[in-house]
Amino acid sequence: MATFTLPKNSTIQPGKTHKAEAGAKNVKAFKIYRWDPDSGENPRTDTYEIDLDKCGPMVLDALIKIKNEVDTTLTFRRSCREGICGSCSMNIDGLNTLACLKPIDDNVSGEVKIYPLPHLPVVKDLVPDLSQLYAQLRSVEPWLKSETPPPPDAERRQSKDERAKLDGLWECILCFCCSTACPSYWWNGDRFLGPAVLLQAYRWIADSRDEATGERLDDLQDPFRLYRCHTIMNCARTCPKGLNPAAAIGKIKQMMVERET
Amino acid sequence: MPIMQDSREATMAGRRSDGSPVKRPLSPHLQVYDMFQMSSLLSIAGRITGAAWAAGLVLMVWWLLAAASGPSAFATVQWFMSSWLGLLGLFGLSAAAWYHTLNGVRHLAWDAGYGYQIQDTYRTGRWVLIGTAVATVLTWLIAIIAWA
Repeated sequence: MATFTLPKNSTIQPGKTHKAEAGAKNVKAFKIYRWDPDSGENPRTDTYEIDLDKCGPMVLDALIKIKNEVDTTLTFRRSCREGICGSCSMNIDGLNTLACLKPIDDNVSGEVKIYPLPHLPVVKDLVPDLSQLYAQLRSVEPWLKSETPPPPDAERRQSKDERAKLDGLWECILCFCCSTACPSYWWNGDRFLGPAVLLQAYRWIADSRDEATGERLDDLQDPFRLYRCHTIMNCARTCPKGLNPAAAIGKIKQMMVERET
Repeated sequence: MPIMQDSREATMAGRRSDGSPVKRPLSPHLQVYDMFQMSSLLSIAGRITGAAWAAGLVLMVWWLLAAASGPSAFATVQWFMSSWLGLLGLFGLSAAAWYHTLNGVRHLAWDAGYGYQIQDTYRTGRWVLIGTAVATVLTWLIAIIAWA
């Protein structure tokens, strides 16, 4: 069901401001979503003023600096700081992206606004609960399914063309920026699989070594699982890896039609 | 206990540090997302113009009914349609119809497998906006010339 407003316990209250240290010349404000399950209060946005002369170039650098030097209670996921682990996905200045790949300089309008990935349950601060997305990923069985045994003492071979079909699919790091940018996933995420999971589904449908294409398509032949995609294209617009889930979903839809004829 | 309408409700159940249950908040969506980017803006415009056009067809049914029931009923409709309010409504409906039609062509292209690159999506989106403006103005120029 589409509910356009936030539930009562989720509306955002004004929060505290942590001023920059005296003498800081290159100050940037970061307005950050906070929610602590122990507080018994609604979420709020705290503002942290940071001296950019003493901070790394990316939004993640600022978050780590705040946690190290200003407020140790600030909670967020991060690991590789180079866009390959997918941990630090969040909503920065209105678009979902990886904090480690997002230059602070991109923001020219004033304060940098940071929220958790949209329309998910919040565990704490910038950490959302991804269990629904992981369960949906599991439901498409994202592994090689084959009746034919592999050749003895050798891998399953692919031609260069067959391998090329996986480009633009295997690079996905499951940060879920795309799924949580999709209004259709916001409203129908209980049954619609969303762009990230459908891209993964297509990654196995497109794999020449996989022999379960028919069953995979059968499983997606459903008004919600696949067809709640309305080609809004927010997914491709926001993907920090430059992938195109909408195109992958379009290919699945085409295969659905082609196998009927 | 009310029946759970949405399985995602289950993931709203959290725990405090002392183990007591707490209902987790839902992270903001429409409230913080950039909904004025070309992708989502043109998409919701497609939905709105489709609904407006469907509602506008009621006006056409009214017009046809009036034409079937006699000169005085037809005159009433003609009076309303040529009033400022009627003309404004018809203008809006013609723009909605053009937008929905041109955006529909875009959807046909997507379904045929074309135009998925973000640059292409933005370019075709601009074409739809320009096309809607030009086609609506042309429609009314022709209508005014034919009328006058």
